[in-house]
Amino acid sequence: MDDKEAIRFNGVWVYYDGVPVLKDISFSIAEHDFLGIIGPNGGGKTTLLKVVLGLITPSRGRVSVLGQSPERSHHQIGYVPQYSLFDRDFPISVWETVLMGRWDKKGLFRRYGEEDKKAVHQALKTLGMLDYQKQQVGKLSGGEQQRVFIARALVSEPKLLLLDEPTASVDSAIQSDFYELLADLKQRVTIVLVSHDISAVSIHVDKIACLNRRLFYHGSKEVSAETLESTYACPVQMIAHGTIPHRVLKEHPHDD
Amino acid sequence: MIEVLQYEFMRNALLAGLLASVACGIIGTYVIVKRMAFISGGVAHASFGGIGLGYFFGINPILGALSFTIGSALVMGVVTKRTRLPEDTAIGILWALGMALGVIFVFLTPGYPPDLFGYLFGNILTVPASDLVIMLILDVIIILVVYLLYKEFLALSFDEEFGKVAGIPVERLYLTLLCLIALTVVVLIRVVGLILVIALLTIPAAMARQYTYSLKKVMLLAGLIGAAFTVSGLWLSYALDLPSGATIILVGGVSFLISFGFSRARLKREHRRKVSSSNTRT
Repeated sequence: MDDKEAIRFNGVWVYYDGVPVLKDISFSIAEHDFLGIIGPNGGGKTTLLKVVLGLITPSRGRVSVLGQSPERSHHQIGYVPQYSLFDRDFPISVWETVLMGRWDKKGLFRRYGEEDKKAVHQALKTLGMLDYQKQQVGKLSGGEQQRVFIARALVSEPKLLLLDEPTASVDSAIQSDFYELLADLKQRVTIVLVSHDISAVSIHVDKIACLNRRLFYHGSKEVSAETLESTYACPVQMIAHGTIPHRVLKEHPHDD
Repeated sequence: MIEVLQYEFMRNALLAGLLASVACGIIGTYVIVKRMAFISGGVAHASFGGIGLGYFFGINPILGALSFTIGSALVMGVVTKRTRLPEDTAIGILWALGMALGVIFVFLTPGYPPDLFGYLFGNILTVPASDLVIMLILDVIIILVVYLLYKEFLALSFDEEFGKVAGIPVERLYLTLLCLIALTVVVLIRVVGLILVIALLTIPAAMARQYTYSLKKVMLLAGLIGAAFTVSGLWLSYALDLPSGATIILVGGVSFLISFGFSRARLKREHRRKVSSSNTRT
């Protein structure tokens, strides 16, 4: 029973004001997979994550997450939003931010207890952020903030971790640390990472999909320049560092 | 200053100022961190409809304002969250609508309405004991609700999207927070008037957050700063024979500018220290 499905999309369409943002998306990934989804801005990456989270109900098609509807499985999902969106001046410490991730274990009116504190302590330790627990989140560096938000997602002990543009505004030295961290986490959780940045999808990713309203799913992580070009709808320069294998894939069926 | 406290109206004024600073410290902090100043201004101005309603039906205008303000806060919250109207447009419309209703109600009330000016610009010197009781009850409600929902309000203010994902009922909580703002507006109307309420909702908390990054400490500090404003403003207005509400706000505004200047200077100093220490290291 190792190959249980983490996510399955069956012919999913999402419209905003009559304009299709996701067109006929079908794919599935198994538990403990690490899926990287790349595509241009406005290609529907965040929308796809929100469908998985149950925040957006598709106009057509079926979605199951961890064997249930997204609405029922959301408490098993850890979500790391595009962290650039929060208010840097907000008066909140690292500890309080991560503690927030324990909310669905508690619910309304109930105070956080010892168990929650232990979980926060553990998550901060895993991410090497224990020394920063009393600091204000907005004053940390980009890479440190990212770790705090991952800790917040992990503290609820999720089975599925969704990361939205995690490497935006983080320098490349921190990026490689970050991928090592994800490689560790992969042992415990299924990971879906979306990014417009092709270099964000590295050797640690098991599977790659290209998303530009339509999804081109590759069972493995080889992507060619042609694949990327048809996703981004413009010529793409391939810049790859290190050991990313290069192999030419079959071309996508072209849209329309 | 002490001898003026032998007058009951002075004692009441002082109490009203202190009760107001409790509400503005706690709720003002949320107004600042969740950037709700404009909607708070809308709720405050729309409360004039309730004042007019109170006059018209011959009930205490503060009670009229209480029900009307909660009603308009809920309408503004639902309209901004559920319709596709831009938030500032919706607030602007309801803001003026509430005031217009107030004007009509006051016009329809026979006889000349007493002390309308006091509700618009505050008259802390004429707060009757019955209004102090209302203010006290509203303060207790505000403290109780914030105590019970502290972790939810924190999540809501910091990261609404994450709250939604975690299953927090963010819309209902947002409406609850708006109702608390409405209660705070009612508490503050007697002190500085509904037009100036927005200053007490923003200045103390905006100053407090320059000195601490713990939300609880911002609340506490904002409450103390608010108390300092109302007490010193009250004293100044008495000593210089100026309108109390406006004097309190001017004290607040000037203090904010001074504090802002100091914190800018402090940040610059810290920056210089960082730069020079990194220079010596290399």
